Amino acid sequence: MILSREEERVLSGEEGEARAKAMEILCAVGKIYGADGLLPVSSAQVSGVSYKTIGDAGLEFLADFAAKGAKAAVPSFLNPAGMDRENWKAMGVPPAFAEKQLEILRAYGKMGVSATCTCAPYLIGIRPRLGEHVAWSESNAISFANSMLGARTNRESGVTALASAITGKTPNFGLHLDENRKAGLIVEVDAEMGRMTDFGALGLIAGREAKDRIPAFEGIPRKPASEDRMKSLGAAMAASGSVALYYAKGITPEWRLAGEPGKLESIAVTKRELEEEKAKMSSADSVELVTIGCPHASLSEVREVAGRVKGKKLKVSLWVCTSRETKAEAEKLKYVKAIEEAGGLVVADTCMVVAPLEEMGYKRTGVNSGKAASYLPSFCGQKVRFSDVEELL
Amino acid sequence: MRIGGRAISRGSASGEALLCGEPISFLGGVDAKTGVVMEKGSPIEGKSVAGKILVFPRGKGSTVGTYVLVQLKRNGVAPAGIINASSETIVAVGAILAGIPMVDMLERNPLEVLEDGMKVAVNGTEGFVEIG
Repeated sequence: MILSREEERVLSGEEGEARAKAMEILCAVGKIYGADGLLPVSSAQVSGVSYKTIGDAGLEFLADFAAKGAKAAVPSFLNPAGMDRENWKAMGVPPAFAEKQLEILRAYGKMGVSATCTCAPYLIGIRPRLGEHVAWSESNAISFANSMLGARTNRESGVTALASAITGKTPNFGLHLDENRKAGLIVEVDAEMGRMTDFGALGLIAGREAKDRIPAFEGIPRKPASEDRMKSLGAAMAASGSVALYYAKGITPEWRLAGEPGKLESIAVTKRELEEEKAKMSSADSVELVTIGCPHASLSEVREVAGRVKGKKLKVSLWVCTSRETKAEAEKLKYVKAIEEAGGLVVADTCMVVAPLEEMGYKRTGVNSGKAASYLPSFCGQKVRFSDVEELL
Repeated sequence: MRIGGRAISRGSASGEALLCGEPISFLGGVDAKTGVVMEKGSPIEGKSVAGKILVFPRGKGSTVGTYVLVQLKRNGVAPAGIINASSETIVAVGAILAGIPMVDMLERNPLEVLEDGMKVAVNGTEGFVEIG
């Protein structure tokens, strides 16, 4: 790796121990993956926020790193935490957990990483432009940035994204290089794709088939492929496989760069496979909790739920998970009131995957997200019903 | 004998080699309080990594394993140095944050050249190890 004089200076510790450590991390990662040098990034999205995922080991490290003077040098923002910062009591989060979670948030705050606490920063105006290099670490956000926005990011870990936040750099390899952004699998879609769960189910299938190849979709009808549904598709692929970039003909901005489809392996997905996938992912008929917003719900998704439950009394618990910014908008438009009056909660800063659901007594959860259907059984010990909002509520 | 390799985490250290022929998961695999390997079926299950030059192919498992290396260091039971066949980011980043000297890609396979209990020095600044 060739470093600039300024990068060498940071590495040598002239700008403090924390910046030197951050630079050493990026250099080691670059060496391991054969990078020729470092690239500037315009933003960093930092995962490893929930106490449930990083535990005391992570908390101690972050508190220590913050105390050593680590400070973000580029706009940086956090992934969801394990609870709503303001409303954790109403969620039923244990106080011991809450205390640890708040300590983690304080450490990040001290480092200047903004507490957006969302996995969908692209819904609150954080949208890198076509060709822009960033260091993001939440798998659906990575997929959305690379695919729907045409930005360039590798799959960062929480620590490498934090190192990028502190130095404003990332090693130049992988998806930062155009030659590594060619498609490796064609997915022919032969289905109407009229429902949200169609996109989640398609993502689960495609992610499993693609493994670490880049899938290129053909035949996804443009009209039902709203941004909300495409975020569900990308999230599911990142959960069942490790897909960080995909193309969708006529939908994602760079689909023409996918490469020469004629030479690639091709799979077909029909309505029958989508329905089989949904059935396979469902292990519960009835549920105690319905969670919407994986990835975090957009304002229009909050509106859809509000419209459906308005004036009703729900028999199940309901969480609509979203960012604090989107929740504030939804409050102004009275969506939050409609959901709360029906007995539900609009939960900010967190989600069903990183909150301690199992500690809170829930065993069966209804979801409309392929990603949540994939993660809840293993991460949270839940039985899952994977269905659309219309059926869940 | 000196064997060249690739510098991953700065610093130098020496100690007795502890060899593990299988990848190691630090999260759940190693007790952060005692440094004892807990992973069932690991070739070094029940042994302590504290103060050793830990030699293994690479890390595996959760990325939170990075933080476990930092905890081991804080608790005074971290390995003195790490030699990997070919490193990945979980262990490499953990070694850097914990200040554990680390090298990989040695000119000769460390799992064949080294034996348990051999005295080994790791130089993670220049990227080599010295035996004896």
